Amino acid sequence: MKIETHMSWRYVCKLEELPVLGARVVERSEDEGGNVAVFRNDKDVVFALLDKCPHKGGPLSQGIVFGERVACPLHNWTIELKSGDAVAPDVGCTRRFSVKVDNGDVFVEL
Amino acid sequence: MNKPKLAVIGNGMAGIRAIEELLKIAPDKYDITVFGAEPHPNYNRILLSPVLAGEQTMQDIVLNDWDWYRDNGIKLVTNKKIVNIHRTKRELTAESGETYSYDRLLIATGSNPFILPIPGANLPGVISYRDIADTEAMIDAAKHHKKAVVIGGGLLGLEAANGLKLRGMDVTVVHVMPWLMERQLDERAGKLLQASLEAKGIAFKIQANTEALIAGESGRVAALKFKSGEQIPAELVVMAVGIRPNAALAERSGIAVSARPGGIIVNDTMQTLTDPRIYAVGECVNHRGIAYGLVAPLFEMAKVCANHLAEYGIGRYVGSVTSTKLKVTGVDLFSAGNFQGDEATEDIVLSDPIGGVYKRLVIKDDKLVGACLYGDTVDGSWYFKLLREGKNIAEIRDQLMFGESNIGDVGHEGNTRAAAMKDSDEVCGCNGVCKGAITKAIKEKGLFTLDEVRKHTKASSSCGSCTGLVEQILMFTAGGDYSATPKMKPMCGCTDHTHQDARDAIKASKLLSVPDVMKFLDWRTPNGCATCRPALNYYLLSTWPKECIDDPQSRFINERAHANIQKDGTFSVIPRMWGGETTADELRRIANAVDKYKIPTVKVTGGQRIDLLGVKKEDLPNVWKDIGMPSGHAYAKALRTVKTCVGSEWCRFGTQDSTQMGKDLEQAMWRMYAPHKVKFAVSGCPRNCAEAGIKDVGVIGVDSGWELYVAGNGGIKTEVAQFFVKVKTSEEVLEYTGAFMQLYREEGWYLERTVHYVSRVGLDYVKKRVLEDAENRKALWERLQFSLDGEPDPWFEFDKARVDTRQFIPIKPSAAMADAVPAE
Repeated sequence: MKIETHMSWRYVCKLEELPVLGARVVERSEDEGGNVAVFRNDKDVVFALLDKCPHKGGPLSQGIVFGERVACPLHNWTIELKSGDAVAPDVGCTRRFSVKVDNGDVFVEL
Repeated sequence: MNKPKLAVIGNGMAGIRAIEELLKIAPDKYDITVFGAEPHPNYNRILLSPVLAGEQTMQDIVLNDWDWYRDNGIKLVTNKKIVNIHRTKRELTAESGETYSYDRLLIATGSNPFILPIPGANLPGVISYRDIADTEAMIDAAKHHKKAVVIGGGLLGLEAANGLKLRGMDVTVVHVMPWLMERQLDERAGKLLQASLEAKGIAFKIQANTEALIAGESGRVAALKFKSGEQIPAELVVMAVGIRPNAALAERSGIAVSARPGGIIVNDTMQTLTDPRIYAVGECVNHRGIAYGLVAPLFEMAKVCANHLAEYGIGRYVGSVTSTKLKVTGVDLFSAGNFQGDEATEDIVLSDPIGGVYKRLVIKDDKLVGACLYGDTVDGSWYFKLLREGKNIAEIRDQLMFGESNIGDVGHEGNTRAAAMKDSDEVCGCNGVCKGAITKAIKEKGLFTLDEVRKHTKASSSCGSCTGLVEQILMFTAGGDYSATPKMKPMCGCTDHTHQDARDAIKASKLLSVPDVMKFLDWRTPNGCATCRPALNYYLLSTWPKECIDDPQSRFINERAHANIQKDGTFSVIPRMWGGETTADELRRIANAVDKYKIPTVKVTGGQRIDLLGVKKEDLPNVWKDIGMPSGHAYAKALRTVKTCVGSEWCRFGTQDSTQMGKDLEQAMWRMYAPHKVKFAVSGCPRNCAEAGIKDVGVIGVDSGWELYVAGNGGIKTEVAQFFVKVKTSEEVLEYTGAFMQLYREEGWYLERTVHYVSRVGLDYVKKRVLEDAENRKALWERLQFSLDGEPDPWFEFDKARVDTRQFIPIKPSAAMADAVPAE
């Protein structure tokens, strides 16, 4: 994976285009670091993580979202949406991205 | 704001377990202070015997080290004996005179060894067997003395005798009752046990009454005198004749204590009868007249107590069924429940005195109520589970004695004895977990329950077929039966309610949405978790069809995307082929879609369908459209395939048109969601080419009609379907199958296959509801048809099936637009 040196804020979508307690995939090529999952919980808080579980690379965007966590659809690891950390006793971390919501527009620093 | 103060008297397994449970659910609620009389942090008292035997060290058995107290902000005061509780001032007084105030108090003072009131009982060299100090005294005595006598042939006494023998002493066990461990074993098992301990070099005096202990010249004990007048040399005497709840402090402080068998009287919420601010757990309590001396009940009490300390106010302790296992290496022994039996019970006995195996199962009203195993205890945890759950065993009665591995035909559980396994042997085939990894986690992390082992090692957390084996390893490694899960398991960590509780509440109070259920049942988490939400959503759908709110976000991805997610994040598509028949036209459309969407793998499934693997998510809607066949629901907890043989239309042996029957069944019941996946098969003659014997419903055509078999399973553990009924017409096949399905849909717990549902409620019950009660059968069948009427095909009716089509469109991030972003 290439290490990006130029991070910048990108407009992603409107808040309402994200399903409540769900996620959408923001497409990036493998060269750009791979897909990013953008989550929305029931409090309308938005989170962005690399769409790869630290366990076996499962697409976190497809998992069930609850509270501030997501359960990976492949083997049910639970990942903290805020930090990308796996919930104990599992150990691992997936990359997180900064998110801003302004006036119903969602921006992610990619 | 100052937090309320919680004081804990007793730094043992029960008290600390309650604190651990409390920290899990309400970590910041209290300022916690723990008072311990011993100078140690909390250790595993049950493992004193392996320490005495030299198989483990003191270090190995510490459960919570000093750091644990510090990290959790708990004040630990060791060597501090509390001598009084002033209830009106809410104040504790220590022996040294200091006072401590509390808002809530937890008493966990455990038990005291019972000392025989005989002359010489207080001589040097006479000890009990209860704590680290006793253990150290025994280890030390073994270095300087030769002759040891253990008074008491119970669990603890025999473990002490074994340990002292291993440390080189000559040991005699003195027992007053007619056989050893009479509270856990029947006579035959007791005698077998004695023989095998004698082979280890331990001597016995059975039915022998001790009169006095006699001092030698040094003032230390030197001999033991029986009532018969006989004397034996004794330089060390261990009294292990039982324990008494240690309720002296409570009694002195005016808290109600039971006279017999002793103990602080508590209610089902673990509050003392006298003072609701004061809780008590562990061996010091008396709950519904019983004082427990084993670990599993303590843990159950701790959990309930923590729940009330956290002010959740749910959860009751209603007593425990206990089991016992002797921790003497090389002696396998297990007993549980009413192993002695009485006039109302029946026995199944296997006795092989030469081979050293004895098993007795005690049965009452078709339920296992007791078990006593000697020599081969591999199925102990399974029997204990049957016993706790009160399962009806009528149908497996003839095989019950031969253990779990004999129920069903294949499957990989029970093949290896946990104790005989090497560390490198694989236990959990799904997650690749070896025995060594499990024992290491149990020892290092201090795990006690199956759930904890699952969380830490993943063993038995996927298909569950190695659960029995993992429970055995837990028993062997942790020493006692720690695996005792509560009789009724909560759905998940979000609640204390069981699956049945949730089902009942949804039905009785007409709850129509997942948030409503959570609110009604006081869920602890704001929106549940990946375990409870799909279950609740299914219960709503199956209880209130057409009225409840189906929440796609509470479904697993497969049921949201209507395709099966694969390890690389692509999906598989299996279109429905009615009864396993297809046409040139369908095959052509499939072939074209494979080319057009560059689908890498095309596979014929075991269910007579075609699986397209490696489809990109964004292509799914177009693949469905191009193929133009109905959803096969191969991704859902729903009716999957209906497998058929060619039947009388072509086959020279066929007696019935099985293909048409299969198509009719499939067309009547497809789109049917269920607690788990459901598979049917129809064969046209008893040669049964469609393998109907391992399906949820298997139909076999015979000359005079159709035979129906239910609750088969070809999966993790092969289960042969059981004969259900014989009917004449294909309409009856539909009605009976539909009624059985609807019963399962309405009563099954989420992720419970038909085989498990039927074994839980009993086939007799299912027959009663479906076969004997014609009216009910028709009503069930009608309810199923009502549910399915107008149910959409999710591949074509997106709106009606609540398919969120946005998921199929990935977002392309816009170019960098720094100025469009507002400042921090």
